[in-house]
Amino acid sequence: MSHTTIQVDALESEAIYIFREVVAQFEKPVLLFSGGKDSITLVRLAQKAFYPAKIPFPLMHIDTGHNFPETIEFRDRLTKELGVELIVRNVQDNIDSGRVKEETGRYASRNMLQTETLLDAIEEFGFDACIGGARRDEEKARAKERIFSVRDDFGQWDEKNQRPEVFDMLNGKIDLGQNVRVFPISNWTELDVWSYIEQEEIEIPSIYFAHKRKTFVRDGMIWSADDEVVYRDEEEEVVERMVRFRTVGDMSCTAAVLSDAIDINKVVEEIRDSSISERGARIDDKRSEAAMEKRKQQGYF
Amino acid sequence: MKVLKIATAGSVDDGKSTLIGRILYDTKSLTDDKLEAIEEKSQQRGFDYLDFSLATDGLVAEREQGITIDVAHIYFSTPSKSFIIADTPGHIEYTRNMVTGASTAQASIVLIDARNGVVEQTYRHFFINNLLRIKDVVIAVNKMDLVDYSEEKYNVIKGEIEYLASKSEYKGQNLTFIPLSALKGDNVVAKSDNMSWYQGETLMHHLEALDTEDINDESQTRFPVQTVIRPKTEEYHDFRGYAGKIYGGDFEVGDEVAVLPSLTKSKIKTINFFDKEYQIAKRGSSVTITLEDNVNVSRGDMLVKTNEEPKIAKQLDATICWMDKEPLQASQKYYIKHGVNDAQAKITQLSSIIKTDFSGIEENPSELELNQIGDVQLKLSKPLAFDAYKNNKSNGSFILINPKTNNTVGVGFIK
Repeated sequence: MSHTTIQVDALESEAIYIFREVVAQFEKPVLLFSGGKDSITLVRLAQKAFYPAKIPFPLMHIDTGHNFPETIEFRDRLTKELGVELIVRNVQDNIDSGRVKEETGRYASRNMLQTETLLDAIEEFGFDACIGGARRDEEKARAKERIFSVRDDFGQWDEKNQRPEVFDMLNGKIDLGQNVRVFPISNWTELDVWSYIEQEEIEIPSIYFAHKRKTFVRDGMIWSADDEVVYRDEEEEVVERMVRFRTVGDMSCTAAVLSDAIDINKVVEEIRDSSISERGARIDDKRSEAAMEKRKQQGYF
Repeated sequence: MKVLKIATAGSVDDGKSTLIGRILYDTKSLTDDKLEAIEEKSQQRGFDYLDFSLATDGLVAEREQGITIDVAHIYFSTPSKSFIIADTPGHIEYTRNMVTGASTAQASIVLIDARNGVVEQTYRHFFINNLLRIKDVVIAVNKMDLVDYSEEKYNVIKGEIEYLASKSEYKGQNLTFIPLSALKGDNVVAKSDNMSWYQGETLMHHLEALDTEDINDESQTRFPVQTVIRPKTEEYHDFRGYAGKIYGGDFEVGDEVAVLPSLTKSKIKTINFFDKEYQIAKRGSSVTITLEDNVNVSRGDMLVKTNEEPKIAKQLDATICWMDKEPLQASQKYYIKHGVNDAQAKITQLSSIIKTDFSGIEENPSELELNQIGDVQLKLSKPLAFDAYKNNKSNGSFILINPKTNNTVGVGFIK
């Protein structure tokens, strides 16, 4: 027996509390796992919430087919180590069957197409709660998202009719056909997530750290030229640069930043001094000011 | 990292969004791309200054109306602390959002337009801060630049608020008055050269100096059980852990505890957090507890220290803030969620509506409408273990849920 005192950090304690509420209040929860740092952080928090029992719900990846190969490899290894079930549903299947139409051209991205695949999967498995790694500091419309966010059959978010969340009481009562999106790290900032990864020594995919990569520049942002899914004009010149990625989304819309941060300590240091917010490196949010709000009304995560 | 949660409140056009934008700007929390977006939008609208309110007004509908319509969360940090601001709207019809934003806050900023002084909305905000017993309240007298930085104007406002405070039932509140201009930046982060008559701290100095431990709710220890952890593996064959968050006080291995509502006694055997065991767990910690005896504990039960038992009853008196378009009426039935415990509740009496402008009460009303606050009596379908809100915030509050819509329709503060 150790003679020490534990004071769980406020944000970590809150996230663990939320995970436990999900398991107590819902029949069939699932954790939406992208292989990104936020969902990896969720996995660690879920482990802590239920230890020494295993994580009591599956992880699900909505695969755009445009993932960095490093992310997929990481995903498979992590789920195997944890002994949790991994469900993968592919956007490609919906494209092949003609249910959704792929965007083409310069700014083509599969981000919007994920919504349809996600809603199909929710229906297929009957999930009533989908846990995600969204944070309120990411974007203005996210700043008003609840921790338990009720969605209808079409996955739509009605921002004018949200349930008030008072103190830490979470109302998960829903009708048949509705489901809830749950955001345990709502109150974390990007720096909080990185500091936690550092403190907990959590392993993350290698693309988060600075590495040499063939890239080209467009609209002041740096794009990976390694893979054919990223559209590139012939006049856009390919140069090898030392870069890292701040998010691991769809390769076709995730820009890199110049960086020398080769390990977690240097990444945390860099984020602390950083002057470009994380979403500044995601082209699909730049399409219009109201981009995120519109996507959420349509059932996007 | 210490986290301080702050609720902001003010009337329409008090400059609340501008103040928050100014704090973000002066603490260098606005990133280049966000700053660029603000510059671009300010220019598009033909302003000759930076419209910081654009940093917070999130939803399309709000930008169209030029007002804030929901609770928005804003994050920034200084070297000493992380701050979360719950920005709540100031319109009369959105009292429910203010209560929501203030319910998780340890401190609150009430904005007053120096030109208009104390208005009806100010009374309401002040009232809610008292009802929720927010310990640290800053009265930010804004737009001082528009009243020639007049000490006299400031003192009139200060006097009126002090008079209100003298009438309030909650005496433990720390009130701090700060004259400032969010637009010009006076006394927000940097000390103003325009108000040499003001000797106090700037807003950010005040918030940075607040001791987050001190302003948290300290009382008797309450441990509502969220879920029971039974791994059923070979290694942990007999493990039966009670998962929950500790409120009010601390727990130590060996503490004699009572399981509520059954009042069964046992002792704390271990306190677990992830893969380690600890001797003492402090309040606010989400941990897993095992007991010496094989007692019956399930979700919704509560562990407390023996001789510190709260009240256990099938009825309670409470003040309720109503949050739904469909009014509350006596004899209606709702679900009640008290912490992590669920029951059914029937409103047996609606005894009064409390006027939020401190002008008294209306007795025996027929219903309680959206954004009204009133006193009720509830009958419960099973006994709950509760405290008075003034003694323990988490164990003294509850929400009501409409069984037809599943919406959260009211929040209650137990007497």
